[in-house]
Amino acid sequence: MLLGTALVIAAKDLRIEWRHRTAFTTAVLFAVLVLLVAVFAHDGATIQLRDLGPSVLWVVLSLSTLVTLNRAFLLERENRALDGILMAPVSATALFWGKWLANLVLVVVVMVVAIPLWMIFFNIEPSLRIFGVGAVALLAAAGFTAPGTLFSAMAVRTRFAELLLPVLLLPFLIPPLFFAAQATTQLLADAPIGELWGWLRLLALYDIAFLALAAMLFPAVMDQ
Amino acid sequence: MNHDPAAIEKIIRRGRIITLAGFIGLLGVYILALGYTPAEKMQGLAFKILYVHAPAAWAMETAFVLVGVVGLLYFWLQDARLDVFAEASASVGMVFGAVLLITGPIWGRTIWGAWWAWDPRLTFTLLLYLMFAGYFALRSALRDPVERARFGAVIGVMGMLLVPFIHLTVYLFRSQHPMPVLGRPPCPPDAPNCAPSLPWVLLKPLLISFAVFTILYIGFVTIRYGIGLKRMMMEERDAG
Amino acid sequence: MTTPATPVIAATGLERRFGSVVALRSVAISVAAGEVVLLAGPNGAGKSTLLRTLAGLARPTRGTVEVQGISLRNRPEGRGAIGFLSHQSFLYDDLTARENLRFAATLHGLASVEARVMDSLNAAGLAPRADARAAVLSHGMRQRLAIARATIHDPAVLLLDEPFSGLDATSVVQLRDGLAAGVARGRAVVCVTHQPADLWQIATRVVLLERGAIVFDTPRQHTLEDFQAACAQSGGA
Repeated sequence: MLLGTALVIAAKDLRIEWRHRTAFTTAVLFAVLVLLVAVFAHDGATIQLRDLGPSVLWVVLSLSTLVTLNRAFLLERENRALDGILMAPVSATALFWGKWLANLVLVVVVMVVAIPLWMIFFNIEPSLRIFGVGAVALLAAAGFTAPGTLFSAMAVRTRFAELLLPVLLLPFLIPPLFFAAQATTQLLADAPIGELWGWLRLLALYDIAFLALAAMLFPAVMDQ
Repeated sequence: MNHDPAAIEKIIRRGRIITLAGFIGLLGVYILALGYTPAEKMQGLAFKILYVHAPAAWAMETAFVLVGVVGLLYFWLQDARLDVFAEASASVGMVFGAVLLITGPIWGRTIWGAWWAWDPRLTFTLLLYLMFAGYFALRSALRDPVERARFGAVIGVMGMLLVPFIHLTVYLFRSQHPMPVLGRPPCPPDAPNCAPSLPWVLLKPLLISFAVFTILYIGFVTIRYGIGLKRMMMEERDAG
Repeated sequence: MTTPATPVIAATGLERRFGSVVALRSVAISVAAGEVVLLAGPNGAGKSTLLRTLAGLARPTRGTVEVQGISLRNRPEGRGAIGFLSHQSFLYDDLTARENLRFAATLHGLASVEARVMDSLNAAGLAPRADARAAVLSHGMRQRLAIARATIHDPAVLLLDEPFSGLDATSVVQLRDGLAAGVARGRAVVCVTHQPADLWQIATRVVLLERGAIVFDTPRQHTLEDFQAACAQSGGA
């Protein structure tokens, strides 16, 4: 029941997104621009572009995530559609999981486009390890979309949603960002898989902790 | 909720007295630390900043932890006064955080030769500080006090869970990045037990300072709490 | 003041504050099956807040709302027995009429979603435009779709906030007939409107709200003109 409702809500969100693709195109465009900013801002004489690779990837992924997250509840603000959902005998927890899932899918889709672009711009050799980077990205995205979903539901209740969300969310992005960037560096340096485990475990721990807490607190945010 | 204005004035007055006592104590700490305590062997005079820095860290952490604890209680009791306290504690925490973020780099400049050396504790303070800056940004954007209290509690509780992760992050981050300049042993500014053992003559002012900062915290929060209650009462009176 | 046996929705001692603003002051209202309550009052009287509170979307600062005898506070799922149409349509502009209804029907856990959606589209006269996005429908059609959305789960009580605004004469009659049909099957209706004339025919009770408090609550006996005179006399409007 909970899962079913969550899926219905996520499917509705993704269908709407599919129809005009605003969040997706904006986030991808944004990702490309940030990539270019990093390339042009770096000192080519002293720093190899390739060495910057992992750092830039995570700057791009976290910033483009911020761009996509506001969408979830801005969409519900139009015609106060959120009230329509709350009028149904649906638990707020199911709503959280639905929104989180839609956010995660969207962030992952943006990553699927951004990562190959990053490889091209930063001359990252294609190899099986790239799938490892993808897995790390998925693990990180699953985590930071949890506080992201919770905070975007709060931020849209103000007139400054687009400004408030980054300010609220960035401190929460730093731990998973750091873990993921470290894991990426090790993957690209061909470090033995064993050395990755520590970072992956930390990412998983963050995911579990914040998904559980955000899902528990979400009903308090929906309560008007 | 009915509050006796006289009772609130009494709270504020009591806060003022406690704060005054705290400031007198602080003056005492300065005199004791600067005039009657010998210089530490390794760090010299720079060590003395510890007498302000470490207790301020203690006061800030207490302040922020209480915001989270009170947030949890709020979900349970739904009492508006809990939010008044949380806001008071958070704002006092910001003040002590500012003290930390100013004294830390001054110490670091002398000992490490760099204002900012990504010392785990200072980085931790900075991140916590930024989180609470977000807390106040959100609060200021909300008009309904009930919503403000609820959202504040949500951030407070989320922040409590974030604390261990930030801790882990700043320490792991440092282990990945060697310090830029290291003239002397990398002893964090607020770790008295880092040196093999701090002699009693150096430790005593520190312990006194911890007590003084605790008193200051209580004084500040009491005043802020009283002012918050007053504001709440005025809003309710306007409401008729 | 008649108090029928089992109210479908009953509120007691409702108070709602937004900071220093009091929107509702000790409001008590109870509505039985088959009743049509016309809720009137000047701008800012708290009509919309009252409806949102009855709908369970706004938590009262004090007081309780019971739906079919069960407190909304203890069991928010009780909202499932309520249909609510606010100023806002609750529609997704980028979904089609059919998708909007399907989404609502699924959330309400209805058994045969597709059949129910089809019935609803037919009843609202929207079947020919079923696959048009809500954004491109005319105002009247969107309003009909919003009402179809609010009633898709056949609620025991329907709360309406200015449902007639911006509708042409034909649409007003259609909407009123639709409401009457639901009432005939035992549905209770509470309707906020600035245009009491539109609802007058089927209203059974009139309630006047002013500055967050109920000024009068009587069965509809007098004529529309008397009612309007009474509203004017009480000074708010």
